[in-house]
Amino acid sequence: MPETSPTLLKRSHPLASADSQRQVLDQIVTPSFAEAVAGAGYRPLKARSIEVLQINLGKRCNQTCRHCHVDAGPDRPEVMSEEVLEACLNFLAARDIPTVDITGGAPELHPGFRVLVERARALGRQVIDRCNLTITRLPNYAYLPEFLARHHVEVVASLPAYGIKQTDLQRGGGVFSESILALQHFNELGYGVEGTGLVLNLVTNPVGAFLPGNQVSLEREWKRELKRRHGIVFNKLYTITNMPISRFLEFLETSQNLESYMERLIQAFNPQAVAGLMCRSTLSVGWDGKLYDCDFNQMLDMALPQHMLDIQLGELEERVIQTGAHCFGCTAGAGSSCGGVTTG
Amino acid sequence: MDTYYHPKDLAHFPDIGRDAPELWSKFMAWYTAVFAEGALSEREKALIALAVAHTVQCPYCIDAYSTACLEKGADLEQMTEALHVAAAIRGGSSLVHGVQMRTHVHKLSM
Ligand code: SF4
Ligand code: SF4
Repeated sequence: MPETSPTLLKRSHPLASADSQRQVLDQIVTPSFAEAVAGAGYRPLKARSIEVLQINLGKRCNQTCRHCHVDAGPDRPEVMSEEVLEACLNFLAARDIPTVDITGGAPELHPGFRVLVERARALGRQVIDRCNLTITRLPNYAYLPEFLARHHVEVVASLPAYGIKQTDLQRGGGVFSESILALQHFNELGYGVEGTGLVLNLVTNPVGAFLPGNQVSLEREWKRELKRRHGIVFNKLYTITNMPISRFLEFLETSQNLESYMERLIQAFNPQAVAGLMCRSTLSVGWDGKLYDCDFNQMLDMALPQHMLDIQLGELEERVIQTGAHCFGCTAGAGSSCGGVTTG
Repeated sequence: MDTYYHPKDLAHFPDIGRDAPELWSKFMAWYTAVFAEGALSEREKALIALAVAHTVQCPYCIDAYSTACLEKGADLEQMTEALHVAAAIRGGSSLVHGVQMRTHVHKLSM
């Protein structure tokens, strides 16, 4: 099982608080993201619709990856209450939102995970499980792959590299071999296999202070190498830029890469990546029912005025999106979102 | 400390084009085309560039192409092997000139 280390919160690290993360980012002199985006024709940046309801079930996780923007881990107690979960499902039933994207922590650790999947599927919605793979190897969660397949849930699984060294470096010792076994099991069930309709997408984050490579050419290489080395097949590879938030922010600070990384993000600003920013089509719900433009704003405590428990229908579309220096992470190069690049 | 090489100078590379814009834009067009994916992948090209950077001993290129290799999906193992290829060619090319040395010595010797 993966080796874990204490979270920022457990270590009483200053960066455990969203306030201090925002302060650190504010201290770095960066151009204003709102201005950069205005230069691309978006003044102000607004949502265009809600196509994805991203539900963050809490911060509990069986891993403590070094780049985690949630500061998730086994020592985090935050989980979504039944009341908020119910409110999410009611909201979904009342709205025409095609996709439910379930995340965490490891969302499957939440006792309401199964009910959420079943009811969202019963409403006819596409359901995505952001799965860290190793969770399916824990004794109480071995049922997961079959359960997800039965409900035709799309699995989006994170794996930083197709080699053991980099994967274990970022996600903890022992993660790679467990992840490979998990992927092989998903394949046995038909996940990632053409014609089954069971979608298995992989997500890779750079293992360090650099940008992700070209998604198309990396996907080609990953498909060849995972097949050759481990007989694994999958549908798509998403490349995601590491956001300067939480534990990755800690790494940037301690490795003295913070300024140069921010410079790199800003220098790689791509106006064409703005149209497809995920905040323009996502509504993100926190474990406590607060609403956000995206999971990153959620971790920086940049909540919307509305709350899941007293939400008014119709008032969230076309809302003005709250932005900050961290947003340069979403517009660098080919753009970055939970669904990979935002261009092309 | 004063030194000929400053890491921040890399960002000023485009300044070289200031007084010769046409030549610069031709260089950039060619340079960009060279590194685009072709018969070789972007990753393979970055590894070649990294190896060559070591043989021309350009610290700017070493920094830039170490980053580029990582961004294009290479890892430290592949990068180190590329470096060994460059070093082996360097070492070998020095050694192979030993043939010239030997020929010369034989010519002069009784
Ligand atoms: S990155 Fe994902 S798997 Fe890793 S600690 Fe964070 S939530 Fe858990
Ligand atoms: S961090 Fe969130 S709000 Fe900012 S650009 Fe990215 S998705 Fe949008």
